[in-house]
Amino acid sequence: MIALTDVHKSFGSKQVLRGVDLSVARGESLVIIGGSGTGKSVLLKCILGLVRHDAGTITLEGQDVTEGDRDAFLARFGMLFQGGALFDSLTVWQNVAFRLLRGSLKRPKAEAREIAIEKLRRVGLTPDVADLYPAELSGGMQKRVGLARAIAAEPDVIFFDEPTTGLDPIMAGVINALIREIVVEMGATAMTITHDMSSVRAIADRVAMIHDGVVKWEGPVAEMDSAPNPYLRQFISGSAEGPIEAVR
Amino acid sequence: MILITAPLAAIGSTTLSALALIGRMGIFVGQILSHLVRPPFYVREFGQALVQIGWLSLPVVGLTALFTGGALALQIYAGGSRFNAEAVVPSIVAIGMVRELGPVLGGLMVAGRVAAAIAAEIGTMKVTEQIDALTTLSTNPMKYLTVPRVLAATLSLPILVLVGDVIGIYGGFLVGTSRLGFNPVTYMENTVDFLEVWDVTSGLVKGAVFGFIVATMGCYHGMNSGKGAQGVGRATTNAVVSASILILAANYLLTGVFFST
Ligand SMILES: Nc1ncnc2c1ncn2[C@@H]1O[C@H](COP(=O)(O)OP(=O)(O)OP(=O)(O)O)[C@@H](O)[C@H]1O
Ligand SMILES: [Mg+2]
Repeated sequence: MIALTDVHKSFGSKQVLRGVDLSVARGESLVIIGGSGTGKSVLLKCILGLVRHDAGTITLEGQDVTEGDRDAFLARFGMLFQGGALFDSLTVWQNVAFRLLRGSLKRPKAEAREIAIEKLRRVGLTPDVADLYPAELSGGMQKRVGLARAIAAEPDVIFFDEPTTGLDPIMAGVINALIREIVVEMGATAMTITHDMSSVRAIADRVAMIHDGVVKWEGPVAEMDSAPNPYLRQFISGSAEGPIEAVR
Repeated sequence: MILITAPLAAIGSTTLSALALIGRMGIFVGQILSHLVRPPFYVREFGQALVQIGWLSLPVVGLTALFTGGALALQIYAGGSRFNAEAVVPSIVAIGMVRELGPVLGGLMVAGRVAAAIAAEIGTMKVTEQIDALTTLSTNPMKYLTVPRVLAATLSLPILVLVGDVIGIYGGFLVGTSRLGFNPVTYMENTVDFLEVWDVTSGLVKGAVFGFIVATMGCYHGMNSGKGAQGVGRATTNAVVSASILILAANYLLTGVFFST
């Protein structure tokens, strides 16, 4: 459904992506792992067109993402940003229902609010947070509001940038289950970035590991533990010894 | 050789970056204007911007005008007495306020208040990825953030200027009648008799232009804010400085166009 071929991106002299090849099938859950600062977030932003890639092609169902109707394209996506990126001038429920309050998916305010509260419940938040402002929530709660906002309009394709960082293990489990549920029930296609190996095992159909601006390993989650790839082995074991330099 | 080329290179690169900046601002203004006429229109955001920019600036603009009008009366009285022309105080206060000081000081005060607030708000949204989030939620940031603010500032500044004019003239009136011994009725008569409609409307047109400048600079610098708290701080400073300078420059140009006969 989404295919990246030889995608490059540099910021000034700093090469972040150096030829990424990756594809995700419809209804599949791909998890991207890799060291901090290897360009995972940049990769998702390139697909969404928030960052313009320098070379290579990115297609959605065969259509180049840099061409065609951008509104129709974006309407199919939901994105949870790494930092939450909640609108701090709007209340929690208005954040979640943002898409439902304006534009082509607009519906009556009461209905939008109801949907928002339902989505909040699914990420483990009670209705009484609905009228608070994002600044009044804890970091983990903000993250979950961001998650609720990403799934509110039931998009075809959902990107989660570190959905469980900053959450306690129980809540992380709930969110992992939720992401899995969204992929299975709604048939959505998901790309998730995470550093949490238990999340990888809970969420992924397939796993891709990025290092040095390229995909070093890619395969089904079941093969992850037996794959001999030294980069992957080092990442999973969390060892300082191996091909990935741990700068100290 | 390098002694000769280094300064030349510096001049060249400064000129180039200045031209590039003017080009980018030109494109930005073009985008604002094109979004202004194309739906969707964000009415609620426009209403909020009106309150933020127009309504909440009233105290600042009012106080500025009050003190300026009072000081103007004192100055003109002192200056006028050198030619035995103290009687011109009411009319010069009025003309000075509505043509020049009302719009310029109002514009500058609003630049300090509003351009800074807009740049800080949009800049923070930029560095916390809220602008990116808007895009992914199918909302054009130019339309949603910039257009309502620019429109609100352009429409509300003339009203602020008008209010400032009235309060400024009243400030002159207070000083004139309480300290300078003018008769209240004669003071008002002199004010009204010598004031022409164009004096007032030219000031309002200036106000609209200044409002456009203030909001555009706030939005431009906010949208192009650098990273982190420092980036937002710099964007805020740049917004206020550039809005103030552009207001003064535009004031000179407009005054030349309106009154050079
Ligand atoms: N807008 C930008 N301008 C300049 N450099 C950038 C920009 N965005 C990202 N980078 C750089 O690109 C590199 C990759 O960033 P990215 O956010 O994708 O990392 P990441 O893999 O998501 O890391 P993490 O796991 O810590 O979130 C970083 O070195 C960062 O400095
Ligand atoms: Mg990241």
